[in-house]
Amino acid sequence: MEDCIQTIVDYGLRSQGIGERLLPRSDFTLCQQFTLIGSGMIWNVYFGVVALISGFFFATALAMGKAARSAWLRKPAEWFIFLFRGSPLFIQFFFAYFLFLSLKGQFPFFSALTSAWAGALVVLFLNTAAYTAEIFYGALQSIPKGDTEAADAYGLQGWSRFRRVIWPTMLRLAWPAYTNEAIFLFHATTLVFFSGFPATQQRGDALYYANYFADKTFNPFVPYPILAMYFIILTLIVITIFGAINNRLNRHLPQDRRAKIKYRPQVLR
Amino acid sequence: MGLYWSFGTVLLLLAITAPTALAFGFGGASAARSHFAPLRWFGKTYIAVVRGVPDIAFFLFFVIALDQGIEYLRHKIKCPDWDMPIRQGNDFVVCSEAKMPLGNAAQWIHESYGFMLAVLTFAIVFGAFAANVLFGAMRAVPKGQLETAEAYGMSRRQTFWRVLVPQMWVFALPGLSNLWMVLIKATPLLFLLGVEDIVYWSRELGGTKTPTFTAYPHGDWRIYYFAFLLVFYLCFTKVSEMVLDRIMARLTHGQATSAGEAQRKAAA
Repeated sequence: MEDCIQTIVDYGLRSQGIGERLLPRSDFTLCQQFTLIGSGMIWNVYFGVVALISGFFFATALAMGKAARSAWLRKPAEWFIFLFRGSPLFIQFFFAYFLFLSLKGQFPFFSALTSAWAGALVVLFLNTAAYTAEIFYGALQSIPKGDTEAADAYGLQGWSRFRRVIWPTMLRLAWPAYTNEAIFLFHATTLVFFSGFPATQQRGDALYYANYFADKTFNPFVPYPILAMYFIILTLIVITIFGAINNRLNRHLPQDRRAKIKYRPQVLR
Repeated sequence: MGLYWSFGTVLLLLAITAPTALAFGFGGASAARSHFAPLRWFGKTYIAVVRGVPDIAFFLFFVIALDQGIEYLRHKIKCPDWDMPIRQGNDFVVCSEAKMPLGNAAQWIHESYGFMLAVLTFAIVFGAFAANVLFGAMRAVPKGQLETAEAYGMSRRQTFWRVLVPQMWVFALPGLSNLWMVLIKATPLLFLLGVEDIVYWSRELGGTKTPTFTAYPHGDWRIYYFAFLLVFYLCFTKVSEMVLDRIMARLTHGQATSAGEAQRKAAA
């Protein structure tokens, strides 16, 4: 037990480069695997949360762009969404990494982007914005006609019409699908360190460490189930938070008309 | 040359995996609605577990797990009088006859064995997704149809094969076409499974070449190779989208769904 506490002190923040430098090399204990893989989860949560929050605002803008009447706004939004939804995230990571690498050669400004914490985040941000924008666009299209007509009847226009009627309704309709998108985004963060972005000083994410243990012990039956457990917990947390927001968005509706969030993962990117 | 062949690898993977995954999915969905409880539990667990965990973790896990599982079984059958434990600390040791493929096998056998494992892994993962889609589609078939079949005195088996299965495809197609898109986009993950696919070759060929090693020295071209891959996948998804739209239009023709109704109105 005391060994385990020592291990947690040594490796708990290993993925951030704090604590013991050397990874364990032999005689792996369960405690070490739990600690290191859990430490790697910090990266997964970081990528997921930051990309999700920043992507949310961009996605709203993109969805409005795609629904706009002017072709100057609509076409770029459509192309952006098609570009990121039509190609594999894995290839996007590779492409972005080498793009940033060659940009770095010319402008030192880009040097941060070749490391995972910034570069991969940019890709995830753009990617989730595209997927979310498609969901929001679908929701925009299915806003009940009565709602917008009522807004017009009250004389609401422009920003206040958007802020008070369109936006809340869009969010309310899109929320169940958006929850699934969020879960997927977290799953997709595991790709980062397998796609060119280097894990400097072996500071990797959860899958990186799970893979490390599986390689060293040649026994996949321990680290991957641990990883799976962490992700199931993460998924449950996401569902809880999004469910609470969903309740708040639907608070004006009678109980039986509220949209339920169903955990329905089906796509990987 | 390797790059061109690897496009073939990707297409071959898609061609083999799609039907296999569909078969897995069909099996899973039928199991999940079976009346025999353990079989039903098995089907439902299969669907639930595979969908709940990051797919990449599954890809990494299954390749080793399947390999070890096969070797373990062969070991049990071929070398019954082996007295050492199989897991010795960090090593997985089986007798040399049980190695898969055999240590002295040709290079191409090793490669195709790796490819086969990859196909099986893809089929297991996507089979679960397909099972989910088909399970939903089976439930979407109007109940009246099944009751009619029963009224005509068909047995459960006959109802399943003659009434349910032919009718469920219309309901399954949107989900399955979505799955096909996802499958296309999952193919670059082959690289993680150790198959020499397009990602592998793009990295190899695009990397900086110096005159010492090759007749065609060039700088770091990987960005162009990956830009090309990006465009390749975009075109591929676009074409599939168009083809699937066609199939959907044909299948909805004359169906009593809102899309079918819209078609009828447009024609009239």
